[in-house]
Parts: sequence; structure tokens; C-alpha cells
Amino acid sequence: MAHGAGGKASRKLVEGLFAPLLFENSRAPLGDAAHVKIDGSCIAITTDSFVVKPLTFPGGSIGELAVNGTLNDLAVSGARAQSMVVTFVLEEGLPTSVLEGEVRAMAAALQRAGVTMVGGDTKVVERGKADGMYITTTGIGCLMPQVTIDVRSVRPGDKILLSGPIGDHGITILLARGELDLAADLSSDTRCILPLVEAMVEEAGPGIRWMRDPTRGGVATSLNELARDSGFGIVLSEEEIPMRDEVRGACELLGLDPLHIANEGQFLAVVAPEYADAALNALNRTEGGEDALIIGEVQTEPARAVLVTTRYGGSRIVDMLVGDPLPRIC
Amino acid sequence: MASRTAKDLRCRTKVYPIYVDPCLRFDMRYVDEFRDPELIVKASGEIHRLADSERHYRIMEVCGGHTHAIYRFGLKDILPSNIELIHGPGCPVCVLPMGRIDDGLAVARNGDVIFAAFGDMMRVPGTCGSPLEHKAQGTDVRIVYSPADALQLARKNPDKHVMFFAIGFETTAPSTALTLMRAKAEGVKNFSVFCNHVTIIPAIRAILDSPDMRLDGFIGPGHVSTVIGCRPYEWIARNEGKPVVTSGFEPLDLLQSIVMLLRQLQAGEARVENQYKRVVPWEGNRAALKVMAEVFQLRPYFEWRGLGFISQSALKIRDEYAEWDAEQRFPIPGTRVTDPKAAQCGEVLKGVLKPAQCKLFGKECTPERPIGALMVSTEGSCAAYYNYEHRKAAALVTSISSVA
Repeated sequence: MAHGAGGKASRKLVEGLFAPLLFENSRAPLGDAAHVKIDGSCIAITTDSFVVKPLTFPGGSIGELAVNGTLNDLAVSGARAQSMVVTFVLEEGLPTSVLEGEVRAMAAALQRAGVTMVGGDTKVVERGKADGMYITTTGIGCLMPQVTIDVRSVRPGDKILLSGPIGDHGITILLARGELDLAADLSSDTRCILPLVEAMVEEAGPGIRWMRDPTRGGVATSLNELARDSGFGIVLSEEEIPMRDEVRGACELLGLDPLHIANEGQFLAVVAPEYADAALNALNRTEGGEDALIIGEVQTEPARAVLVTTRYGGSRIVDMLVGDPLPRIC
Repeated sequence: MASRTAKDLRCRTKVYPIYVDPCLRFDMRYVDEFRDPELIVKASGEIHRLADSERHYRIMEVCGGHTHAIYRFGLKDILPSNIELIHGPGCPVCVLPMGRIDDGLAVARNGDVIFAAFGDMMRVPGTCGSPLEHKAQGTDVRIVYSPADALQLARKNPDKHVMFFAIGFETTAPSTALTLMRAKAEGVKNFSVFCNHVTIIPAIRAILDSPDMRLDGFIGPGHVSTVIGCRPYEWIARNEGKPVVTSGFEPLDLLQSIVMLLRQLQAGEARVENQYKRVVPWEGNRAALKVMAEVFQLRPYFEWRGLGFISQSALKIRDEYAEWDAEQRFPIPGTRVTDPKAAQCGEVLKGVLKPAQCKLFGKECTPERPIGALMVSTEGSCAAYYNYEHRKAAALVTSISSVA
């Protein structure tokens, strides 16, 4: 199960098995979407599977995640989604009303984002498999010309921006499973982040070096990938990391680190220092970006690692997720 | 937070008049107050002022939860360099011999058995893999958050047998005892406990008896003390002349406890003090001790990983509850496994070696591929050091001097 968690084991699987056998130029850093040239035009393409359990939860459902997740992967690679295709793997016996509910949710999410679904495929498997349904979406889009995402352009002194509070999605799913006798006023943060990315690109495009949406494995995993791929250290300020009290409380109670919890409506951006304030202002002025903050910066040390410091002078290293505290999150 | 907190407090108040599980008493103010950066800076300042620069202080925190907190909050960064915190053996997962895990999993391999345990146990390696690895191969392994959850699993699965793999010091023993009493009262036949509960005092005695150890004082266990109180530590002060301060788990708790220890050391005193007054009653929890005595008795001896056999140090289920004792219900192989020679878990457990000084640390033994339990358990000193500290400054590793 750890290989699907988004942390160290997942990375080993991708880098050790898939990349060498499947990817051309597999030594290049791996991003959220691929940019391919077709007949001289450059398009972005990405794919994602959704196996979340339960299918519906406060704030959203698997259908919504499936659309937003792929739109967001394109957005953080510097692309605007245009079209999508979808595959459904359905469990025999799934009520039509449930399927219809998800399709409606997907249609609504597509409409909000101005993206069209242009095709798909459906398979049905026996009762007991697929846990209701699994959805895979593949999206294509055009690159935003004002921004070039390249981890090799990251430099010490660059600022780390975070679009909003962390942990909402993962903790919502955990509580929605009903295995713990715990309740909180929380919902998934699933949303399309493209408007926020566009606002930031408009004001600070040339200064944006790198973006990522911290889904499985959380902010810690995404920033560790950044540290490893750039060769630099990431230093965060503990008090600046935004999170709701309910997330903080649930993590305290359960011994979870909020930095490892999945998010479905947030993104991280590395911005050159001279553009950082403009980028942040652009986010804060845009609907949904009011809670965006600068949470840290890139430094030379500790190389290839992420350090969280506190106001009283203590610090700790934060590693990529190991194992899988919360399976089937997205 | 509301539903569990209220329900559990109601349930617990009935049985434990003065015991409030700090983990369940969720009140943001208890956390924020004790993490106030200004107060922490003040406490750190006081420690710097009190510490005699001519002296090298060696203070052991017994409890794995304290080890974890020290690293999690980066407290070593704000202590003077002449205060050395030495990690003690108070991590129940870390001291569990591999053979006991093998034994538990041997029972679980029966098709009709559900192996239920706390999350901390799931990745601890036995000789043929961890519970999680067994799960991937088809053994029915479930994570539970309390023994009551395991009993509920038994009620919900009448055609399976649920075996709860119980670990922990006196902190968790009362809830296991209570669950066994409930199982007996309700006549739930498809439930048993594989009991690995151990007691803290013999472990501390083993540390003090060890010739390699030279300690100035102890940060006493926080949660164990809510059950046993502070009296059981009095012999450490009286006979060994070392001060003991039972401490909470927030940064300010630990720093306050160090202040209290330093004050005693300056004055040449040795007493037991209670810093964790908001949770630990001096006399302990009589109701909890009573249920423990009803259900458990002391084993003549028990093997502790890294510390060897210690007499009167672990709990066994009494004959009156034999029907719910997995060791009486099932044939137990009684596997004894010696640790890999290169692994220095024992010395790290006793505080003789720092985690980074073990030859396997960070190389053959990492959180993803743990060789010893200290690297798996969140309370193990190796895991805490690896996860929070060791890449902070590579230079620090080479400058650590050996304890002697």
C-alpha cells in the first residue's frame, strides 16, 4: 500500500521501475504534467487515477476530485486545461443513482472550469472489486506563455508560497470513513486552482520557478521533491504554515503530521524574491487566495532536505512520507 | 472533536474518578499555552542561567514520548551544550523482542484469526516480516485505536477470533484490563489478548544497575505516572541520590522540568517532583491500579529487547481470565530471536550509544527498511533522531563523543 501513498515508496517505484523502462530522458526531473511537441506546438498532458474511499465526503466526491485533480496538475505545470477524457471502472451492482451523482458532479466541475470532456471509456468488474468505482482522467492544455516551470531555475533566496490552509482534504476523508469516533466541522478543499495560478502568473510570471499541488504525501513530500531535484535546502517557518484548528486538533489527537496530509485545492510556488510580494498580493486579491502566505525560502543548507524552524529557535527536519497513514485519500 | 471527547470523558469518569486521559482532553489552550514561543525562550534563558558552565549534566528522559517531543520541537537547539539528554528505554514497542511479534503473527496466520493492534505495531519487523507485510500476504491484520475497538471487532465478527496484541507500560495496561473484564462479563468468546505489557520501574532499575551509566537525574515518565503516581520513583532519589521530575510532553513542560532538575542539582538535593500536576496525581490512579491487579499478575521474568531478562517486569493475564489469554488459547511457538549482531539496539536503548553511533544507522537501518524497533516506532530514539535531526548538520554526527 505504501507504493501508492505518494511518499518515498511511490517515488522509488516511479524512478526505479517506470521511468527507466517507459520514459524517454528518464533522468530529467519529474513534473506534474508533461510538455510535448506536436507539429511544432507545445501542449501539456497529464493523467491521474482516483480511488478515494468513501466516494462522497463533506465538500466533494470522487467525480469532483477526478476533474479538479487533473486540472490542477496542468495548472501547476504552467498550462491551461482545454479538454479531458475519462475512464470509469465500475463495480457490478453500483447503483445508477450513485454513478449519475458522480457524473453530474464532474459536469459541474468541468463547467466551472470551462473545460470540455471529449471522450471516455467504461468497464465493469465483478462485485467486490473497484470499491464502487475508480475514475481516471487525462487532460490536455496549452502552456501559459508568461511562465516557464523548471526546477533547475530555483535559487537560494527564492520564496516558498502556499495558497491556503493545509490538511483539510486528508482529515476530512479520515473522519468520513467513520472508523474513528471523531467529528469536526471540516470539508475537503477540492477546487480548481487555475484562477489563482493565472492571477499569480499575470503579476509575477517571469519570477515563478516551480509549482506543485501537494496531494498525497502532503506539503512535506512536495517540498522534499523540490529539495532533492534542486539540490538545495528548504527552510520553513512553523508558525507561518496555515491550517485550521480542526486539522491541527485532529493531527494532535492522532499523532499525524499536518505536513504529510493530502490537499486537493492548494498549491506551492517557488518565486524569485523580487517577484514574491507581487505574487502574494495577486493571490490575496483573488477569490479563494485570501489565506495565501509566504511560508519559507530556499537556502543552500541543509542541502536536499526540508527544515522547519520555530520562533523560539528550535528546528526539525521534515522528511517525505514513509508508509501510508491514510490510504485511499484521493 | 466533540463526539469522542464528551463520550469518552463520560465513560472514563465513571471508572476513573481522577483520571483524564490527556490525549482525549482536547483543548487547544492546553497545547498553545505550553508552546508559547515567548515563554519557551524565557525557560530556555533560565536553564542557561542555572546550568553551571563547569559541569556536564547527563539527564535521562525515560519515556519514548519525551524523546519524540524533544526532537519534534527541536529542544536540543535551545539547551546549553553542557546539558546532555540521554534517551531511556521507555518505548514499549522498542523493548519488545522480535520473538514475541513472531509468536503473535504465528497465531494470526490461522485463517479465522483477526490480528488487531495499535498503529505503532504495524511496521515493526518480525523475523518473517512486519504485521503490515503479513497483511499484504493475506493475514487479517487491523489497526485499532484502543482495546475496546478490538472487542467491538469481535462482537461484529462472530465467526472470527479477534486477538488483540497488547503492548505498553502501565499507561495502557488498565484499558486492556478493563476490556478483558468487559469481555468476561459479556461472555464474548471470540476474543483474546496476547499480553506484552511491561512495567517501568524494573527498566529504570536496570539502567541504574548498568555499569556504563552515569546519570545526574531523570525526566520522569508522564503518562505512566498518571497510573502509578510519583511514589514509585522515590527510591531513585532516596537510594541512588538522583532527582526525578515527572514531566508533561509540551516544550514548556520539558523545559520547566529541566529547570526543576537543575535547581535540585545546584542545591545538592535529590527529590521526586511533579511538573505534570495538571494530569499526574501524586498517588496515581487507584481505580486503574485496582483493575490491573484484578486482571494481571507479574510474570516471574520477561525478556526485554536490549536489556535481557528482567524479573518481575511484565504482566501476565490471571487464570481467572485464562479463556481470554491468547497464550492459553493458542499454541505459542515461544520463538526466541537474537538480534542481528551488527544492530546495537540494546546499547542505544540503554542510552550508552547515541542513535547515530550505531553502525547500521542511516545505512542498512532506516525508517523505510528498519532493522530494529527503535527505527520503526515513532517513540524510538533512532526514528526520532533520523526523522527530525540527523540531516540538520552533518558535522554534528562526527562530533558526538561516546558516553562513558
